Amino acid sequence: MPVMTIREAIRQALQEEMQRDRRVFIMGEDVGAYGGTYAVTRGLYEEFGEERVRDTPIAESAIVGVALGAALGGLRPVAEIMTINFILLALDQIVNHAAKMSHMFGGQFKVPLVIRTAAGWGQLAATHSQTFEVYFAYVPGLKVVYPATPYDAKGMLKAALRDEDPVIFIEHTALYPVRGEVPDGDYVVPIGRSEVKRPGRDCTIVTYGRMLQASLQAAEQLAREGIEVEVVDLRTLRPLDMEPVYESVAKTHRALVVTEEWRSFSVGAEIAARIQEHAFDDLDAPVMRLGSREVPMPYNKHMERAVLPWPEDVVKAVKLLLR
Amino acid sequence: MGGRGKGNASRAAAAPVATLDLPTKLSFYRQMVLIRRFEELARIAYQQGKIAGFLHLYIGEEAVAVGAIAALRPEDHLLTHYRDHGHAIARGLDPRVLMAELFGKATGCSRGRGGSMHFASREHNFWGGHAIVGGHLPMAVGLAFAAKYLGEPRVTMAIFGDAATDIGEFYEALNMAALWKTPVVFLCENNLYGMGVAIEKASAVTEVYKKACMANIPAERVDGMDVLAVYEAATRAVEWARAGNGPYFLEAVCYRFQGHSVADPELYRSKEEVEKWKQRDPIQRFRRHLLEVEGVPEAQLEAIHQDVEREMEEVMRFAEESPDPPLDTLYDFLYANPVGAWRGDERFLQLWDGGQG
Repeated sequence: MPVMTIREAIRQALQEEMQRDRRVFIMGEDVGAYGGTYAVTRGLYEEFGEERVRDTPIAESAIVGVALGAALGGLRPVAEIMTINFILLALDQIVNHAAKMSHMFGGQFKVPLVIRTAAGWGQLAATHSQTFEVYFAYVPGLKVVYPATPYDAKGMLKAALRDEDPVIFIEHTALYPVRGEVPDGDYVVPIGRSEVKRPGRDCTIVTYGRMLQASLQAAEQLAREGIEVEVVDLRTLRPLDMEPVYESVAKTHRALVVTEEWRSFSVGAEIAARIQEHAFDDLDAPVMRLGSREVPMPYNKHMERAVLPWPEDVVKAVKLLLR
Repeated sequence: MGGRGKGNASRAAAAPVATLDLPTKLSFYRQMVLIRRFEELARIAYQQGKIAGFLHLYIGEEAVAVGAIAALRPEDHLLTHYRDHGHAIARGLDPRVLMAELFGKATGCSRGRGGSMHFASREHNFWGGHAIVGGHLPMAVGLAFAAKYLGEPRVTMAIFGDAATDIGEFYEALNMAALWKTPVVFLCENNLYGMGVAIEKASAVTEVYKKACMANIPAERVDGMDVLAVYEAATRAVEWARAGNGPYFLEAVCYRFQGHSVADPELYRSKEEVEKWKQRDPIQRFRRHLLEVEGVPEAQLEAIHQDVEREMEEVMRFAEESPDPPLDTLYDFLYANPVGAWRGDERFLQLWDGGQG
């Protein structure tokens, strides 16, 4: 099976869907001639032209709003918001408009809109290093997808592009170079299905995004010490599929939620709450949450590293949980 | 109302008002009267507690909706703001389903989910009343872009108030509309107030059409109390867009005779000012035109009023008698394509109701 990076997997999904369906087009800042800030759309401008790979002004609200209108008008737009930090400028379009069009108007309208955006950090300081998936996971009417492997990234982007609802598709810049197997040919990975990425018996880790890769690395190290953790990848944050989590907790009796967020009022808080609501009797210990330290991200390299969770933090947390 | 913007559209493209036949003019009159009566009866129903929430009445502005929307074809797209009752009626939506929506009924145009500010009809390419000021303007550009991309000869008309021209999305939308040369008509209903703030206090430029020059969009100002003038200008705007020239901007100066919403005590404007504008009532003005210029017998106009009264009786009866939406449909329409194992918060609700979760 071919091996490729997540960046290449996303590009391939876009390319194949654009070849398959003329209604699919891309719009965003520097997606065209520049090739994408993170080089995800590189080559697509040359292949599909400026009509279908459309550079826009730096106007996030209009990028999402125009894409939303185009979706209503019969197209399948991919709106790229360069980084998730800038998406705050488009929150009104996403929350008050895209998420409302179907329900508020009694099911008359469909919104086949995909909003791709990149999360991450890298000594970019406070305004360019934020973790905001919870803002969207909070909103009924949206679908929120956060893949962490090349296989999932390609398959879930294809699923998103064939969906009839607005999908927020979050990529992590630290994951773009991650390599993995991607089969030849067309496939989709359904939205709304969590998956056990590594089986184990001693403890359940619930995670997604960059922290999936960090958790898998931690699991490798723990395995060398005789501790077998089960890693559940949520992949989709809304609609949230908790069944694999409950099944895992029934087996391991311990749960650690690992996310890159500030812990307060986070996705991790929601997962922990649900586990105690629905699997309280299975637990041998309180659910533990690992996240980032709650400060605006500093520029300094050592401080940035201290803010973020790393595989060694996951190892430490698992050991605390099993103590 | 003078004032044409720089880079004007050619008047040659316009359908001259002189060609409007009498039946069409009478249909304009009937629509205006229907809107007026719909709003008056909605106000009474609100006072009776049958309608709740915000109720923004369109009384006084009827000439804008009727004149402008008459310039559209059925396949054209229409979006508007939250004071949307008049636009929906002018677009041809059944007033029964509109009143039912105000009553929150299952038969409402948005099945009781939307209320006063969120009328819509897919069938009529009427993409909604939108209640976040200016928020629907980018959406309008997108609808117009889709038509252009697909090679469909549709024009999109976006209606908004003067206050929407002070918000950032207005600039973003006009800029993208012009950049991408999309067939969109921006129609500003300048009723001189953003809720209770006078335009002089909110906007450094009070001749709103002049704002369109920021995106090199041809613009003009029209008397929004004159249905024929609005129709003529809107026809010019729509044909400009349909011919592939890109966006066009129209400012219709008008006045709402009622408060911002039914709850508004109107502390910010004088009774004299309101009375002065009521002298220019668009329905009375058009009535005079029909009587004096067209020579329509008064009895014929009275028959229209009686016909509207009969229709409104049926409208109110329909709204009263329609059922509420069943509570077990609460989660319907949340997703066009429900996926995965998600079942709403059904599991919690089952526990709440004493089930097994």
